[in-house]
Amino acid sequence: MNSTVKLKDHWKEQKLFLSRLVTAGVIILVLVGVLIWRLFQLQVVDHELFAELSQGNRLRIQPLAPTRGLIYDRNGIILAENLPTWELTATPEQVLDLDSRLQSLGDLGLINPAASESLIELVRSHRGFEQVKLANLSETQAARFAVRRHHFSGVDIQEGLIRSYPFGDLTSHAVGYVSSISSSDLQRINRRDYAATSLIGKSGIERSYEVTLRGSVGYRQQVVNAQGRILLDPVAVGASPISDPSQGTLETRWPTPGKNVYLGLDVRLQLAAHRALEGRRGAAVAIEPGTGDILALVSMPTFDPNRFAVGLTQADFQKLNNDPDKPLFQRALTGHYPPGSTVKPFLGLAALHYDLIDPDSREMCPGHFILPGTSHRYRDWKPEGHGPIDLHQSIVQSCDTYFYQLAVKLGIDQIHGFLTSFGFGERTGIDVMNENMGVIPSREWKRTQFTQREDQTWYPGETVITGIGQGFTLVTPLQLAHATAVLATSGQRFKPRLVIATEDPVTGEILNHDPVLLDIIGNVEEPHWERITQAMVGVTEELQGSGHNAMRGTQYSVAGKTGTAQVFSLAADETYDAEEIDESLRDHGLFIAYAPVESPTIAIAVIVENGGGGGATAAPVARQILDAYFLEDPNGSEKH
Amino acid sequence: MALRNIDIGAGASAFLEPERKKGIVIDIPILLITLSIAGLGFIVLYSAAGENSSVVLRQVLRFGVALVVFGILAQVSPRLLRIWAPWIFSMALIFLLMVMFRGEMGGGAQRWLDIGIVRFQPSEIMKISVPMMVAWFMHERSLPPTFIQLFILLLIFCVPTFLIAQQPDLGTALLVMFSGGATVLLAGLSIRLIAIIGVLALSCIPVLWGYMLEYQRARVLTFLSPESDPLGAGYNIIQSKIALGSGGLFGKGWLNGTQSRLEFLPERSTDFIFAVMGEEFGLLGLLFLLGLYLLLVGRGLYIASQAQDTFTRLLAGGLSLTFFVYVFVNSGMVSGLLPIVGVPLPLVSAGGTSMVTLMAGFGILASIHGNRKLLAS
Repeated sequence: MNSTVKLKDHWKEQKLFLSRLVTAGVIILVLVGVLIWRLFQLQVVDHELFAELSQGNRLRIQPLAPTRGLIYDRNGIILAENLPTWELTATPEQVLDLDSRLQSLGDLGLINPAASESLIELVRSHRGFEQVKLANLSETQAARFAVRRHHFSGVDIQEGLIRSYPFGDLTSHAVGYVSSISSSDLQRINRRDYAATSLIGKSGIERSYEVTLRGSVGYRQQVVNAQGRILLDPVAVGASPISDPSQGTLETRWPTPGKNVYLGLDVRLQLAAHRALEGRRGAAVAIEPGTGDILALVSMPTFDPNRFAVGLTQADFQKLNNDPDKPLFQRALTGHYPPGSTVKPFLGLAALHYDLIDPDSREMCPGHFILPGTSHRYRDWKPEGHGPIDLHQSIVQSCDTYFYQLAVKLGIDQIHGFLTSFGFGERTGIDVMNENMGVIPSREWKRTQFTQREDQTWYPGETVITGIGQGFTLVTPLQLAHATAVLATSGQRFKPRLVIATEDPVTGEILNHDPVLLDIIGNVEEPHWERITQAMVGVTEELQGSGHNAMRGTQYSVAGKTGTAQVFSLAADETYDAEEIDESLRDHGLFIAYAPVESPTIAIAVIVENGGGGGATAAPVARQILDAYFLEDPNGSEKH
Repeated sequence: MALRNIDIGAGASAFLEPERKKGIVIDIPILLITLSIAGLGFIVLYSAAGENSSVVLRQVLRFGVALVVFGILAQVSPRLLRIWAPWIFSMALIFLLMVMFRGEMGGGAQRWLDIGIVRFQPSEIMKISVPMMVAWFMHERSLPPTFIQLFILLLIFCVPTFLIAQQPDLGTALLVMFSGGATVLLAGLSIRLIAIIGVLALSCIPVLWGYMLEYQRARVLTFLSPESDPLGAGYNIIQSKIALGSGGLFGKGWLNGTQSRLEFLPERSTDFIFAVMGEEFGLLGLLFLLGLYLLLVGRGLYIASQAQDTFTRLLAGGLSLTFFVYVFVNSGMVSGLLPIVGVPLPLVSAGGTSMVTLMAGFGILASIHGNRKLLAS
């Protein structure tokens, strides 16, 4: 019984399998039939058409590079342009022995021998008919190659354009730079768009506005003979491709040049900020409060973008990248700093708005603050204390004790909400990439940020130090400038932007971009804004003001606030001595300002890393920028 | 049920046990046909590589290695293969995971694994070990597979497919999936289920689309309308159609194809060598080549029909069908019937790994047939 079942199954299975095999065979025959029918279509029915096309396939498609758009500052001064150069190029499918060819080119001093590895990779990552740029050549190098050209099949020199930044390291962090397309770039771009281009925007405006600046590629058809030599080239002939009838079907589609871009940047302010920060690490951002235009964006130290455009060796790049001062680091947008006392005007405003303080009543400052029921002393920067002091003087003299108390009254939830409405703790939305968010701590933030249960609880002491911009709070220089601009306009938040207009290079038509109003902080009453403004004016104008020295004798009125952010903390019994501690642990100096006070047209944030007190190091930088803005303007009255 | 299965297994292996270890197993038809195809391939490759004899020589050497692998595998008894099947499959799976985590980058995608002495693509092993695993799984179970068994079978070939697609190597992933799928079909999957799976597969297309990389999407779009993008993704297919079409019925003659000589045709010695052949030898040349391929597939299916147990039957059938799909996908993509997925023309395209895998597959076929004959006598 059992064995008959087995036998039955066996036969049934074989029959089933055979029937499936036959089905598969039939499907195979059908598919082969389809294939043969297709081949018959191509090779017999449409043979003549394709024969003609293959004749025309002496037609080779040659991509034509679009000209990259120019970048101007707000006064039309050129920040990035294209200069003629000689390019050494290779066509992969025509270079027979790449390694030895590169070796010989290296021996001739035309390419850097150290870069040949990466060049090989670059050539391999392109398709056979795509031209790859190997290097830029000087006039003499080009001549040296020209006489030996016949030794290098598939390698050629041609005229090209190279990106040039006339202001060099002055604008590198704002404008960015272009460099050779790397294999990782190839992953994210459509190759067709770069068929004739070897450079791509890597950072700043050059990266964010890559599509606008790049333009679109064109192509031309050339007639080549059996050896691939060009016989007829409509473009080289110089005639218009349509008008010459002998060229028949030769098709040319001209490239569309990239659009020119106008930045809100003012090179004079850029220069002033650059000079004032020379030799230091830090950043300065200036914004026009009524539009959000970035007037100056400086991050120091910096680097020369022209070196990237020409081609940087791996070793040179590593040197830049490993520099302890981090010149490639975009401090203005990505640097995270504690705001220190620059947060006080915002918190003062919050306390007024929530009606938690009487601004005219004086609180006692004994030089320290103790949370009720605890013993820890939160120290004021002035050990002997400020005595009885009101809100105005607390901002003018930057009294810490007053703001410790004020922070406790506000509580972390209101602090978090109010600061967030000024754009802290979130991306401002500036039109370049890689902006950091900063941190405005809250109970929720702490819960999600830490894994240990005891770290997840919000402690009252943490609220206290938030009152002077210490603790978890972190801001970027851009956020600080942006928030200062909001103070200047009494609550209007414009999205910060570098690009203010684009220009079609063919028609000359300029398209102005409208400023983007993000938000209006409408519920804070006008007298509160006014009171904070007066206090910030006091910072620069009153004798006891912490920014008075730097702003002495200005011909314009300035509202400002100094800040000094601790990088490391002192125990209660230690004293801070700048001479004794390592430079990298010294305080950061900060300063925010806007001017003129009556109708502000510029708002500034400056940070000097490990510079010590903000009034002594950061405020003078702001002064230089403001002087350049108000005093050196060649056209005088254009802006004010 | 379980008892019965054991009975079959024990009975079948007892039936197979008295193997005569005499003589060397070589399948003459397979050997002759593969030699003809490879020989034809060398001739076309010489032209495609621009009369570069060292390229051809390298290819001859690779074929030599592949022949050795063919000869060795033909001597391995199917019973041993069956015992090894799950181990080979697990190894290949581990290799795939290793590639995923620390494989070498090769050509933009992560496919190669370097284990000291050898550098190879684990995905190639999968082309053989997936049908082997499916056949192993069904061997001691009765056909057709039940619904639960089917689910396990799906896992067997979908997991490697997914891993390979992640590399990303869509062409090989499709082939591996097909090699498993074809074997399951041969196992007697009901037509109704096939229809359901077909519908499911179709509904997967939008999901798949979301997972595809930019360049893979571009390939599909260009396949639908190649002329729209002559500078970019459409270039290959336009040029290969011109090559085929201009070849006509009789071709332009050996070494006379302008498309390939003038280097218009990209990847002409690898994925697009079918177009070179079509340009220089015309439709007749292609029909001759397709005829050889069909003979080879036919021989494989014949061996499957003569095989005596489930494992060898399914394995022989699955390998043969996979080989056909290889041929069809390559010729289909070159002639514009299918999107370009980067599958070489078997035994003809320049390149080593796939040639060795293919000949290994034929070695298994030869072994299945050779051992059957021994039993019959």
